[in-house]
Amino acid sequence: MAADELIIAALLVPAAGAALIALCDRAPNLREGVTLVSSVLLLLCVVSLLPDVLDGARPAITLFEVLPGLSIAFDVEPLGMLFALIASGLWIVNSLYSIGYMRANREHAQTRFYVCFALALAATMGVAMAGNMFTLFLFYEMLTLITYPLVTHHGTDEARRGGRVYLALLLGTSIMFLLPAIVFTWFIAGTTDFTPGGILGGKLSAAALGGLLALYMFGIGKAALMPFHRWLPAAMVAPTPVSALLHAVAVVKAGVFSVVKVIVYVFGIDTLASAGVTDWLVGVAGFTIVAASVVALNSDNLKRRLAYSTVSQLSYVVLAAAVLVPLSMVGAVLHIAAHALGKITLFFAAGAIYTAAHKTEVSQLDGIGRRMPWTMGAFAIGALSMIGLPPAAGFISKWYMLSGAMAGAHWIAVAVIAGSTLLNAGYFLPVVYRAFFRAPDAGQSAHGEAPLPMVIALTATAIGTVLLFFVPDVPLALTRQMTGK
Amino acid sequence: MTLAQHLPALQVVVPLLAAPLTVLLRRRTLAFAVVLAASWIAFAISVRLWMQVESSGTISYAIGNWPPPWGIEYRVDRLSAFMLVLVSGLAAVVLPYSRASIEQEIPAHQQYLFYTVFALCLTGLLGITITGDAFNIFVFLEISSLSTYVLIALGRDRRALLAAYQYLIMGTIGATFFVIGVGLLYLMTGSLNLADIAQRLSAVEGTRPVLAALAFLTVGISLKLALFPLHQWLPNAYAYAPSAVTAFLAGSATKVAVYVLLRFYFSVFGAPQVFDKVPMQEMLLLLALAGMFAASAVAIFQTDLKRLFAYSSVAQIGYIILGLSFGTVTGLTATIVHLANHAITKGAVFMLLGCVAASLGGVGLARIQGMGKRMPLTSLGLVVCGLSLIGVPGTAGFISKWMLIQAALEQGQWWLVFLIVLSSLLAVAYVWRFVEAAYLREPSNDPNTAAEARWSMLLPAALLVAATVYFGFDTSLTLGSATHAAGELMSAPQ
Repeated sequence: MAADELIIAALLVPAAGAALIALCDRAPNLREGVTLVSSVLLLLCVVSLLPDVLDGARPAITLFEVLPGLSIAFDVEPLGMLFALIASGLWIVNSLYSIGYMRANREHAQTRFYVCFALALAATMGVAMAGNMFTLFLFYEMLTLITYPLVTHHGTDEARRGGRVYLALLLGTSIMFLLPAIVFTWFIAGTTDFTPGGILGGKLSAAALGGLLALYMFGIGKAALMPFHRWLPAAMVAPTPVSALLHAVAVVKAGVFSVVKVIVYVFGIDTLASAGVTDWLVGVAGFTIVAASVVALNSDNLKRRLAYSTVSQLSYVVLAAAVLVPLSMVGAVLHIAAHALGKITLFFAAGAIYTAAHKTEVSQLDGIGRRMPWTMGAFAIGALSMIGLPPAAGFISKWYMLSGAMAGAHWIAVAVIAGSTLLNAGYFLPVVYRAFFRAPDAGQSAHGEAPLPMVIALTATAIGTVLLFFVPDVPLALTRQMTGK
Repeated sequence: MTLAQHLPALQVVVPLLAAPLTVLLRRRTLAFAVVLAASWIAFAISVRLWMQVESSGTISYAIGNWPPPWGIEYRVDRLSAFMLVLVSGLAAVVLPYSRASIEQEIPAHQQYLFYTVFALCLTGLLGITITGDAFNIFVFLEISSLSTYVLIALGRDRRALLAAYQYLIMGTIGATFFVIGVGLLYLMTGSLNLADIAQRLSAVEGTRPVLAALAFLTVGISLKLALFPLHQWLPNAYAYAPSAVTAFLAGSATKVAVYVLLRFYFSVFGAPQVFDKVPMQEMLLLLALAGMFAASAVAIFQTDLKRLFAYSSVAQIGYIILGLSFGTVTGLTATIVHLANHAITKGAVFMLLGCVAASLGGVGLARIQGMGKRMPLTSLGLVVCGLSLIGVPGTAGFISKWMLIQAALEQGQWWLVFLIVLSSLLAVAYVWRFVEAAYLREPSNDPNTAAEARWSMLLPAALLVAATVYFGFDTSLTLGSATHAAGELMSAPQ
């Protein structure tokens, strides 16, 4: 297939998969088969695009014009390529996990769950491959809306409340700030196309640039910058596979991905650097990193702890991008990949613990590593990656971020990264310690590992986390292309 | 002369003749067939007129061959052609739907009368849009209003009578104001032909009677288009009228009133006189904003979906008037494109609510609990329309919102941009009242579980829902025409 056909295929495969899943309502095995097949097909489509992009090509396709100068257009550049690879690759693993989880926990409305999941992937592909801000916005909103049924899956009062917060913050920020920002960009630049070097150079005063940047950064609520981060913990009412893929990979990464896209391709690094308007962003991101870590430190609920850890980790990406040094930009992009793998492992482990032992609090986990060695082993690797220790992928991205911050003499950023590493260790290592080194409480029901598909899934992502440490070639090559270094 | 040359007259005459015919036939099936045929012919004529205007410019047609300004002139320019297509198109979609819908809502012996009155209402609305004569507008306004009162009163609920009465009083006051305004204009210019008045007005520009005429016309028309705070008649009328009537009125009646306002402001008085001599801009802006926020806020607290979406209509009219208040081509484009986008969206909403009422026996939030499972298609359609009301990209409503924001940005008014998007958030709140009830509540213990409504109701509604999405992507028809029409209006000779 030609490259532009592959782009369309990457959008249509999950969408068609969703339609087929809906038709297979009565045959669960066939339905899950469709999910797995479409996830594999999607990865194939995305991987087939990779050689071209690595060679420096930019597969693109323009569908049609909606408003004058605004088209639905797709353009696969290195950053989008990486995001598409991560999301589609992890969808396969996640589908495997979902099958185990949904069946073991006898969840209701499973067909709706898989349909929405597939559609969410289609929207994610749209975000990853969008060729202009307008197209990105279209799929960004679609992603919010299609994940709403997943967040409120249980249909309880708690789910309804969580769903309200989720929707109010994500839709609210995108309509209140992002939409005006996009219209203004179009109004000033006459286009919203993602262009290397940006489209706003020399068109706005430094103050206006700063204002517009603020609109974008807070408008992209999925990046969970404080004070618009509350949707993320609220979304944890969802079943764990949703938290795993959507709130460790697709949704949150769509957020930070958009942040990097906007900084690199809408503003342009040089434009922002010469205007000097990103210091406040470093501050806000730094504050978010530290504050969210402190909250995580005090959360006994495991998923809540993971959620705040995500809030904190997302801001690493924003912080690294705001430093505006090529090295830190590499770190930002690598961290999108590293955090995705590490965090999905952690969520998988949390879901496995819930499924096998029905435990949700950290304080209940004494000695659980002895009964679920695979799960907790994977959890330990994920935790290492979050802290940024070898041999996990998180080390590499943090290394680049730190070097970038030092090269740019951003000492606040350096201090935040160093300090938060301690905090990360402070809330992850006790979990690992409890699991392996404390004796289990007496009188607990005997249980083993979670169902096999779940264990396979979380082991696979843990291995991936380590592999990315040893062979980070593809992400590094893509990032280097993006920053031109 | 060939038939093609008489299309402007036929546009009004066809539905007008259909009305007495139904009374003669007296059988509801025949009456339905006649009015359906009339509405489809009217739609075909309007499309033909539209293409003609697009290719060869404004059409002027002298009724009875009396040349204007002596005789009545029918005048089709880009804006009126656009409105003709919109109104007749809605009628052509609502009518097939109405058959099954009114069978459940109107006693059998009255059903043929529904079609009679519907045909008259369509006649009136098309007449207002096509005529180039101020007094003729009044005549058609009365035809459409009187028939609307009857249509509303046909509602099953006895409160429909009160709603119709309320609207009768308010509508009559509006019509009176309107005719006083026209009278003042006639006094000052000695003409009733709109184009002729426009020419003669330049001699008496800014005089007190002319400004008084402007004021009377503004208030009169604002009553008909339900501009906040003159909207009190609307929620009850929409809530208690038969579903098919609400669907048609929501998409056409208020929109045609907006058209009349545009016509008088930009073709008769001219933008400079309206916006420079009188602080009309500020007044309209404030009322529009007040409507957007107050009506949306009220909508959030409604428990009856028809009322909820009726208040949403008042809020959306706020957007329409907001665009107009800028007095720029972009603002006017936003107004015109939102006329169409909102008409389509709200038409779909009220048709789907008719389906809900037919299956579940009501549209209260308590009654529709769990309808996401029982009526998946209808629920999905309502969600899509709701997203359009919010202005989510990929729906028609987004295009309107984009244009409005652009118009505000052109003026450099950032505070307005934020007010516009803030009011969309209120729309999220009221739309999600429906979503939570439909999808996140268990069905109430009503064992006679209802399924989807009949296909004859569902299909026309689905057509409009599809149009809501389609016009979110392909905007050449809506936005393209609106841009042209706005340009033509703004460049109208003074």
